[in-house]
Amino acid sequence: MTATSPTQANGKMRTGMAALAFAAGMLMMGYAAVPLYRAFCQATGYGGTPRRASEAEAGGTRVLTGKTMSIRFDSNVDADMQWSFHPVQTTQTVTIGQRSLALFEAENLTDHTITGQASYNISPQETASYFNKVQCFCFTRQTLKPHEKVRMPVIFFVDPKILGDKDVQDVRQITLSYTFHIAPKA
Amino acid sequence: MASIPHDDFLAHDDGHSHHDHDHKPGFFARWFMSTNHKDIGTLYLIFAICAGLIGGAISGMMRAELAHPGIQYLGFFATHIFGQTNPSFDQTLHLWNVLITAHGLIMVFFMVMPAMIGGFGNWFVPLMIGAPDMAFPRMNNISFWLTVAGFCSLMISPFMPGGTGNGAGIGWTAYAPLSTTGSPGPAVDFAIFSLHLAGAGSIMGAINFITTIFNMRAPGMTLHKMPLFVWSVLVTAFLLLLALPVLAAAITMLITDRNFHTTFFDPAGGGDPILFQHLFWFFGHPEVYIMILPGFGMISQIVSTFSKKPVFGYLGMAYAMVAIGVVGFVVWAHHMYTTGLSEDVKMYFTTATMIIAVPTGIKIFSWIATMWGGSISFKSPMVWAMGFIFLFTVGGVTGVVLANGGIDDNLQDTYYVVGHFHYVLSLGAVTSLFAGFYYWFPKMSGRWHSELLAHVHFWVFFIGVNMVFFPMHFLGMQGMPRRYPDYAPAFEKWNHLSTVGYMVMSVSIVIFLINIAYAFIAGKKAAGNYWGEGATTLEWTLSSPPPFHQFETLPVIGDDHHH
Repeated sequence: MTATSPTQANGKMRTGMAALAFAAGMLMMGYAAVPLYRAFCQATGYGGTPRRASEAEAGGTRVLTGKTMSIRFDSNVDADMQWSFHPVQTTQTVTIGQRSLALFEAENLTDHTITGQASYNISPQETASYFNKVQCFCFTRQTLKPHEKVRMPVIFFVDPKILGDKDVQDVRQITLSYTFHIAPKA
Repeated sequence: MASIPHDDFLAHDDGHSHHDHDHKPGFFARWFMSTNHKDIGTLYLIFAICAGLIGGAISGMMRAELAHPGIQYLGFFATHIFGQTNPSFDQTLHLWNVLITAHGLIMVFFMVMPAMIGGFGNWFVPLMIGAPDMAFPRMNNISFWLTVAGFCSLMISPFMPGGTGNGAGIGWTAYAPLSTTGSPGPAVDFAIFSLHLAGAGSIMGAINFITTIFNMRAPGMTLHKMPLFVWSVLVTAFLLLLALPVLAAAITMLITDRNFHTTFFDPAGGGDPILFQHLFWFFGHPEVYIMILPGFGMISQIVSTFSKKPVFGYLGMAYAMVAIGVVGFVVWAHHMYTTGLSEDVKMYFTTATMIIAVPTGIKIFSWIATMWGGSISFKSPMVWAMGFIFLFTVGGVTGVVLANGGIDDNLQDTYYVVGHFHYVLSLGAVTSLFAGFYYWFPKMSGRWHSELLAHVHFWVFFIGVNMVFFPMHFLGMQGMPRRYPDYAPAFEKWNHLSTVGYMVMSVSIVIFLINIAYAFIAGKKAAGNYWGEGATTLEWTLSSPPPFHQFETLPVIGDDHHH
């Protein structure tokens, strides 16, 4: 093979290293997608992620619209989670804009202490960005001693802006679903 | 094309003048430690043919099972081929998932990609741009052997426990949570690791092609004078460089979710399984263009050669590929219409997906316009290329149907989708591979295949694959779901026809293998430019096969040639 001149060899190294850096950058972008995706879901309600509202926001939006919305509560436990977990009320009709309280009941069925973490989801997903939780047992981990039974509150409101969204005009009921998992060890 | 005036054929007698020191290393050093782009290209092609035969045999097992409703052969395959003792009914059905997974992964990563990019890319990119070799010959060697190692890892997987039964039954998409908590056992780790290895090999290959094309073109060969096959490999290399690292990130997260208690895709720890689908398809959609773009490039060379005309709309053809590559990165969620996207998001992805039909249409139009008024000779590569144009267009049309978010709600996960992507891949990409093979086989080997057998191969293959895949559109429209080894008896007639089609297709593969054997045993010697007048790119200025080292004196590309 012909000897390559030093300048040509440098050119090759430069292009090669640039391409390698490009690939490494895309690898990092792949990992950066994890926090970006989470932030995106929380900001937009994408995938049925409900919004989390502060007490102040909840106070600020207390517009009494007179319109009502039915809320259905759904509860699940992960396959290896030995708790019983149920909503106290299966449905509840709330005034849009008004703060409401729902209760869930959980019981540890085993003889040892279990710490659980609830994940949650809204359906239909288009309504998720209007479903605001002010307080929720899902914001923190819950620890139950053997056979301990507790009632856990959720305080939420439906944003009156939902009335102006044509995509969800036909929605009469929003389902709030929880699944309790064994909390991953910190 | 980069046609060069005859008095510029500086390299045409390289093979003779340097014959005395054109010596090759010994067998082991030549084939196992190779740094020669032509030898590595040959290795890739042999590897791809072997992998394709294995992947094709697996589809034969699937078509046998699907010939009639009910479970017929899976238990036999489980005990006699995969060596399981007394598999339960669930383990038998799990084998189905293992077969579809293996078929998909083998055909995508170990057949089409190695043949297109590793095989023809390695062989002809340096020859067509007038370069002596690839930019990083030793990295080229690593790329190949990483691909082989990846294939070995995938081949070990079916014999390892994978949850319900032996083997990785996660689909080529490896969606979480099926691929994480749903499939304990090392089989899935072996399958995922095989993608790591093959992916690393492909990324290195992409770096190599980009560097070669940007730095090693012969004097006078500007980017806008490069043959379209080189353009296609350049665009493909960029797609690989952008898409594969994202796959690597996603499957590394799968591995750590499976083995090291991370929760990237596990809601229990705040993760989201849908995120995996986004990452996978951000890679997966460009991947389908990675598999077809080099085929586009080959078809452009072939259509031009046998129409004895420069390709119609050269710049439009080159930038149509760039446009397909760019738009291909912003359409991924059309694979996820039923995951709960909002109407607005669906509208965007529907529109963006349909826009890809425009540059693709430019390509189809330009191929036909190249043939229009040309002096066409129906040699075997041209017949294969025309078959490609027809079959790929059929697959493209069903793609436009599926692009609609509303229609996709109805058709997703049915055999309509299976029919669609096999028309663009099994009939499109594979047909272009055979076209390229018959176009360049005498150049690579120095010996003629039988043109008669190549034509027979085409017609038997063409009839066979259409019998296999066309009925799948009907089955899908009628609601037959994919990924099941059993179906309602109402679907039997078309499924049976499809299985008969498979047998016809497999006869064509036997003809192909006989043709290769014929060429090496009794094939006539091939001249340097055996296609004659229409073949104008630089590889035709060399002997067949080209000398072990070519272009020691770089060819000079004149300004006076046209596209």
